[in-house]
Amino acid sequence: MSETKTRKPREPEPRDPLQPRKAGLTRRQKRAVSRGLQYAVFVAAVAALVVTADWGGLRNQFAQSDLAGQMFPDIITLALKNTVLYTVSGFVFGLVLGMVVALMRLSSVGPYRWVAGIYIEIFRGLPALLIFIFVGVAVPLAFPGTEIPGGTYGKVALGLGLVAAAYMAETIRAGIQAVPKGQMEAARSLGFSHMRAMVSIVIPQAFRIVIPPLTNELVLLFKDSSLVLFLGVTLEERELAKFGRDLASQTANSTPILVAGLCYLLVTVPLGFVVRRLEAKAGEATR
Amino acid sequence: MTTNAETTTSTGTTAGAPEIRVRGLHKSFGDNEVLRGIDLDIRQGEVVCVIGPSGSGKSTLLRCVNLLEEPTRGQVFVGGTEVTDPDVDIDAVRRRIGMVFQQFNLFPHLTVTENLTLPQRRVLKRDKAEAARVAAENLQRVGLAEKAAAYPSSLSGGQQQRVAIARALAMGPEVMLFDEPTSALDPELVGDVLAVMRMLANDGMTMMVVTHEMTFAREVADRVVFMDGGVIVEEGAPEQVIGDPSHERTRHFLSRLLDPAMAEVGEAPERLDKADG
Repeated sequence: MSETKTRKPREPEPRDPLQPRKAGLTRRQKRAVSRGLQYAVFVAAVAALVVTADWGGLRNQFAQSDLAGQMFPDIITLALKNTVLYTVSGFVFGLVLGMVVALMRLSSVGPYRWVAGIYIEIFRGLPALLIFIFVGVAVPLAFPGTEIPGGTYGKVALGLGLVAAAYMAETIRAGIQAVPKGQMEAARSLGFSHMRAMVSIVIPQAFRIVIPPLTNELVLLFKDSSLVLFLGVTLEERELAKFGRDLASQTANSTPILVAGLCYLLVTVPLGFVVRRLEAKAGEATR
Repeated sequence: MTTNAETTTSTGTTAGAPEIRVRGLHKSFGDNEVLRGIDLDIRQGEVVCVIGPSGSGKSTLLRCVNLLEEPTRGQVFVGGTEVTDPDVDIDAVRRRIGMVFQQFNLFPHLTVTENLTLPQRRVLKRDKAEAARVAAENLQRVGLAEKAAAYPSSLSGGQQQRVAIARALAMGPEVMLFDEPTSALDPELVGDVLAVMRMLANDGMTMMVVTHEMTFAREVADRVVFMDGGVIVEEGAPEQVIGDPSHERTRHFLSRLLDPAMAEVGEAPERLDKADG
């Protein structure tokens, strides 16, 4: 008690919090200055860009409308179609493999769990490009005469799928584990075998949970399919990135790259929108 | 319902033979010994309520009867079949045992009707029409025929639990196990579920009920079993065990139940620890 008494006179005069401080800016003023500065920098940057850019050169290099027009309809009917085909085949293969790896990861048999764990660590740890080189170059070199079924499509499905499976396995495993334990118990107590309960009760619920992240994976695969560039494909097998690059080097102009990029966005932006919608819906559905 | 004839036949087909027989049952979770030697007989058509404090092992005992928990030691017989025999087809035995959970555990991705028909079709291989007929009949029985097309999430807790009972009944079980069926319900919804269980008891269903509903136990049970610390402390007619308990532990438990300030503090509705009784 006496200690606080002796201390008291040393404390500063209490200031009325409703009164602005005498010196310096108020918080509101500071905020206004800060925002004003940020706008000023933005406007200055845009102005500098507009003034200094070589618009004619840029248009010539990136937006030649006649060159862009030449790319149609091949860029859609051939390149985009192939991109979609590569993506879907990789996704389907990856999904099936991922499902198997996820179930192995959850197995009660130790060796299955280890193999699945090692698989996931390896394929998540390696660049997708390396896997593509492995599938496209190393395998044919090491085992001459072996043909991956499906030609380029098979190779791409393998390359994309091997990587995607590792990510999807972890997603699916998390989804299965997110289904309450009571679901399995209820099914088992009704006489379902473990396998049947998994297939009829747990996995359908797990899939609802993992649809948003799997759709996200589809977007990633769609972009990664550009790695086909490194496989050496025939003219008919070209996808967007390869198609754009070939045309760019033929014409010594960057417009084809821009158009190819737009084609990617045409798919990835709506898909991304779908993912966010699905996530929001999943968030709402509190059981 | 009062069948006194104690038969020793192991097939248990005669009326009054033990439908559920538990012998020397032990269950440990790691170092935690939850059941320490349980012996219990439940006759055909008998309603037995198992009461006791949290962690007494009563839920674990119930879950051992249909092998949701694997006993560490001891034997369980249901209708003459040894459930604990490693060679027994447990899925076949479970078809004869209905189970109702505290958390209902309806399948949320299926409608009410599908919740009832899917197990019949997948497990009992009934055809579509037959499964639908049995489903409608049992929904009628629990008073929820008008909810046939609804999804579980749109039902109240009490309605969900009645659907769960109907789902178990649709499999035509010989025995029904209830694991604290009203503990997760709002108080005003408890009555409907208990009414359905009362109806089942009157129809002669063999029932083993883990519960905290002393009024239900007193009125419906043929026998009350009080468990504490993994053993059966006392059992007998409800008026005896609940009305005039002979053990101090039973008296202590019942007095705590009656004193709302002490009753069931800390018993979370969501059971995370499966060792919890």
